[in-house]
Amino acid sequence: MSSQIYQRVRENPKFKELVTRRGRLGGLLSLIVLGCYYAFMAVVAFKPEIFRIPLAEGGMLTWGVPVSAALIIGPWLLTGYYVSKANSDFDRLSDEILREANKK
Amino acid sequence: MKRISQTLSALLLSGATTLAWAGPGAVEAAQKQPLNMTAISMFFVFVLATMGITWWAARRTKSTSDFYTAGGGITGFQNGLAIAGDYMSAATLLGLSSMVFAKGLDGFLFAVGFFVGWPVILFMMAERLRNLGRFTFADIASYRLDQNKVRTFAAIGSLTVVCFYLIVQMVGAGQLIKLLFGLDYNVAVVVVGVLMVCYVTFGGMIATTWVQIIKACLLLAGGIVLLFMTMSKFGFSLEKMAVAAVATHKGGISIMGPGTLMSDPVTAVSMSLGLVFGTAGLPHILMRFFTVPNAVEARKSVFVASGFIGLFFLVVCTLGLASISIVGGDPKFFEGGNLAGKLIGGGNMPVMHLANAVGGDLFLGFMSAVAFATILAVVSGLALAGASAVAHDIYARVIRQGKATEAEEMRVTRYATVGLGVIAVILGIAFEKQNVVFLVGLAFGIAASTNFPILILSMYWKGLTTRGALAGGIVGLISAVSFVVLSKAVWVVVLNNPAPIFPYEQPALFSMPLAFFFTWLFSVTDKTPRAQAEIAAFDDQYVRSQTGIGAAGASAH
Repeated sequence: MSSQIYQRVRENPKFKELVTRRGRLGGLLSLIVLGCYYAFMAVVAFKPEIFRIPLAEGGMLTWGVPVSAALIIGPWLLTGYYVSKANSDFDRLSDEILREANKK
Repeated sequence: MKRISQTLSALLLSGATTLAWAGPGAVEAAQKQPLNMTAISMFFVFVLATMGITWWAARRTKSTSDFYTAGGGITGFQNGLAIAGDYMSAATLLGLSSMVFAKGLDGFLFAVGFFVGWPVILFMMAERLRNLGRFTFADIASYRLDQNKVRTFAAIGSLTVVCFYLIVQMVGAGQLIKLLFGLDYNVAVVVVGVLMVCYVTFGGMIATTWVQIIKACLLLAGGIVLLFMTMSKFGFSLEKMAVAAVATHKGGISIMGPGTLMSDPVTAVSMSLGLVFGTAGLPHILMRFFTVPNAVEARKSVFVASGFIGLFFLVVCTLGLASISIVGGDPKFFEGGNLAGKLIGGGNMPVMHLANAVGGDLFLGFMSAVAFATILAVVSGLALAGASAVAHDIYARVIRQGKATEAEEMRVTRYATVGLGVIAVILGIAFEKQNVVFLVGLAFGIAASTNFPILILSMYWKGLTTRGALAGGIVGLISAVSFVVLSKAVWVVVLNNPAPIFPYEQPALFSMPLAFFFTWLFSVTDKTPRAQAEIAAFDDQYVRSQTGIGAAGASAH
């Protein structure tokens, strides 16, 4: 694999677009996941009483239960969003870049 | 013996953090139980089936690529199940459920920390790993750096993590099997070692992946059936389960809120860093990204893996909650029938007692067999990762400078697997009476502070040079090891000193920044021509990491 192909890809404006868009989405989603997780940890460490509030009046289940579950299910849904986005839009762009690099 | 088991249980009870830290690997010393024929025969069926698969896989394993990465022919879904399997060890099942059993919601909060690393690995690493790597993570680390030095260092990092983790799994296997099957400890360790070597030497990655997939399905199915049977006792109402748990647990209503687990934020953050980034530096997990044909499948596999891991954690935590009332309120599961005393078999057993309580002896036998299969699958993945570091990195690339034939490399891989198996069995037996919890901390600490910084910087930072990678890696290794040695798990529990010098359980919060800082420092001050060439080579590597141009493809190679 010659360095010229890499050179051609680098000069393709679509490559820049691909890298920026995919990088931005990945970075944003990582920030959301880690941000939510460390906010959650901060509540546990500094304001634990919030998670002791019962879900229903007089019930035993507290808010800590659904919030923890949401922190497993939510990030997983985000991975689903990223995968569908990356495997359609981004890969279409990536294929175009590959075709153009090999054609020239 | 008595003293050791006392220290062990003291350690496991001393703080939930330690107990949880033991999560991925350790099982406490156990009393030998009577021979459990149901469990043994079910396990025998599993071994027969997986041996059949190994025989089938052996006929398809012809090249080094087949051996290390199943020829890149695993689909995203299959690989996702296998990754999930690598992450769901027997101790996750036992450790997490017992944490909920002992501490209530705290255990659930902890499970979240085990999970959140996965989405981040996908967003930041999965496709670059697939596009740059071929067989081992050292392939990526040394992509544009000095082949001999960086590859050797990365291979040693892999081997260290693999060996520590392997010892923990071996000791855990011996204890667990002694307890569940009633087999002798040494017999159990030898059985695990022999089966592991058979799977890996004959079947390579194909067999290892399928063993992992079958085990993941069994574990998930077993957990879900158990959950269903358990929920039926509570009319499928979580609220009723919670009411029963609060009524039984001595902590009462307090178990439904955050307790002491996160009372020390530094420990909590350090541990979550170690878990998240340690996972991203475990060689046997990284290796899984090379078994799929392309980046599309690599992404899918993380989606599938995190789905199953998340589901498994939710199931296990619910089982833990249910066991508070069903196991915790039934004297027959306690030594001497004393509800305030110790659980029969030790603190890790609630979910097994639960299986017995709602499913009877037959179902307990099934769950025991699944637990054994789980250990076997995890050690096989570890052995394969270790063998690839020895044969591919050290032998074929460094010693033979890439001139070894495929046949020679395959032969060395098989010797290396047998060697690792022998070492694992010997150390497993030697460490029987030792407390090995600290080895989990070491494995994760080294993975997060040595493997991970080199890996992520080589992919993301143009300015990384060989000098920087080696300096940072060595600092990460030394600091992670010294912090663990100075922490309570080694300094107090193993070396019997009165107080720990390093006050936290997990080194990652401190050793990771050190590693990153020294990598940066020694890279930016590196003005040699070689450093210039390495920095210049980043641009081509970057295109390949983003597009996969030039990446190793599926079976064709």
